[in-house]
Amino acid sequence: MSRYEAVIGLEVHVELKTDTKLFCGCSTEFGQEPNTQVCPVCLGLPGGTGVLNKKVVELATKAGLALNCAIGTYTWFDRKNYYYPDLPKGFQISQVFRPIAYKGYLDIDVDGRTKRINITRAHIEEDPGKLAHAGGSIAASHTSYVDYNRSGMPLIEIVSEPEIRSGDEAKAYLEKLKAILEYTGVSDVKMEQGSLRCDANVSVRPVGTTTLGTRTEIKNMNSFRAVQQAIEYEVDRQIDVLEDGERVIQETRGWVENKGITITMRNKENPDYRCFIEPELDPIELTAEWIEGVRATIPELPDARRKRLVAEHGLPDYDAGVITSSLALAEFFDAALQKYPDAKTISNWIMGELLRLLNARNMELNEAKITPDGLASLLQLIEKGSISHKIGKEVFETMFEEGQEPEQIVKEKGLSQISDEGQLARIIEEVIAKNPKSVADFQSGKKQAIGFLVGQVMKATKGQANPGVVNTMLQEKLGK
Amino acid sequence: MKITEQAVEQLALLSRLDLTAEDQTAHTKSINVILDYLDLLNKLDTSNVEPAAHVLPLKNVFREDRLQPSLAKELALANAPEEEAGAFKVPRIF
Repeated sequence: MSRYEAVIGLEVHVELKTDTKLFCGCSTEFGQEPNTQVCPVCLGLPGGTGVLNKKVVELATKAGLALNCAIGTYTWFDRKNYYYPDLPKGFQISQVFRPIAYKGYLDIDVDGRTKRINITRAHIEEDPGKLAHAGGSIAASHTSYVDYNRSGMPLIEIVSEPEIRSGDEAKAYLEKLKAILEYTGVSDVKMEQGSLRCDANVSVRPVGTTTLGTRTEIKNMNSFRAVQQAIEYEVDRQIDVLEDGERVIQETRGWVENKGITITMRNKENPDYRCFIEPELDPIELTAEWIEGVRATIPELPDARRKRLVAEHGLPDYDAGVITSSLALAEFFDAALQKYPDAKTISNWIMGELLRLLNARNMELNEAKITPDGLASLLQLIEKGSISHKIGKEVFETMFEEGQEPEQIVKEKGLSQISDEGQLARIIEEVIAKNPKSVADFQSGKKQAIGFLVGQVMKATKGQANPGVVNTMLQEKLGK
Repeated sequence: MKITEQAVEQLALLSRLDLTAEDQTAHTKSINVILDYLDLLNKLDTSNVEPAAHVLPLKNVFREDRLQPSLAKELALANAPEEEAGAFKVPRIF
């Protein structure tokens, strides 16, 4: 047992799914040519005054409610002043004093138990522009390039209480947060496109104490796995620093993925952002009735859906947790179940083959060609005995890659299961002739030798023989 | 005097303003008048007053989430100190 415990809080920035930016009508589409989605407002040109996008207020409220937050009925925007080229106005418009959502929570599962992580606040703010550095890295370049397409995109920043205790818990928190926001439909939550970004505040303290240690803020993590690894590294580093009798320095550190370490980016001595109420935007007043109207649009969330899969379809809780961790997966399951009403079998194929292939190829479900109907047809073929389970996996992979119907694949590749006893009898004769030792073993009472012989027949038929039929025929031939 | 001429000079530099010596003196005076007035306001007890987010009785000024044309790229970059590959080019920043 370590003498230290980690104290971790996460700040997650999520881009809201709107067509236009927070305060102007420029497009929010990802991946366009630099500086083609900008106007006087998001470039911070003199006289450019923005007007709040109504959809942002709706989506932020919806996200807040889905995260069990209280919603501020009287809130406003503030200016957070700092000077950096990605921020053309010289300040960021954010909600410093009155966040639209506060005091929420979400529940995570770690090591088979449920833990509640409280959410301090979720506030609306604008995204800064994007900096690129010539030469690929900051250190190697003399100039930076600024693209303001991202400037003014609507974000919510979701701040957790420092109640996370490990990299595992941080990853579980992010996965749950992502699932909730995905179900709610407020964001694309794609970390690789930057629509979900996470910074971690990390400190350590001796077990049993309650004062917070000096924290560092970790940035530049590009996946949930990276967040987990960066936290684990940083916790170990801070413990080493303390064990050496030194002090942790409050600073911002960057995760270096290829080296698996964090390095100093900049010292941060509580910068003074000179925050004040944004004078050019009016306050937001929300009625309880309006808030309830938004609440009514929130669909079934991951935890509820998980419970339903257990209660209605008898799935093990573990399966239900995996399937409901992503909306796409949960919908795939439901659709397949409509056509093939055996929840556990579908779950096995989703958790086995589908997730295995998605992970191996690093793909999203919508990039795979297999459909829920296709999976249902495949399972029917297996159930009818037209193909074996093993061949089914092969067909599944072809469906995943190419998207044909399973019947067609089976026909084209000649994969039908051989149950024809005449055809099998010949092969069984051959196998018996070639393996006198196993035959003798079986006949002298080593019943398990039959397994080897069945295996040989399967091999000779490239897996197409019906193993049940082969087993029965062998037993008869050799005399039980 | 709460603020010195040197502080105003520094402020002018940060604000990219080119002030003459007379400007500097005049601005120092007027900024100090403003700061004195704020001192006066600070004496008021506002502990039970809701912060005023806006001086006008306006709220919930929204626009619909509808696309508006953006600037042409050339126009967007017209004020860039330097430009390269469609991006604003600035000195390296950490």
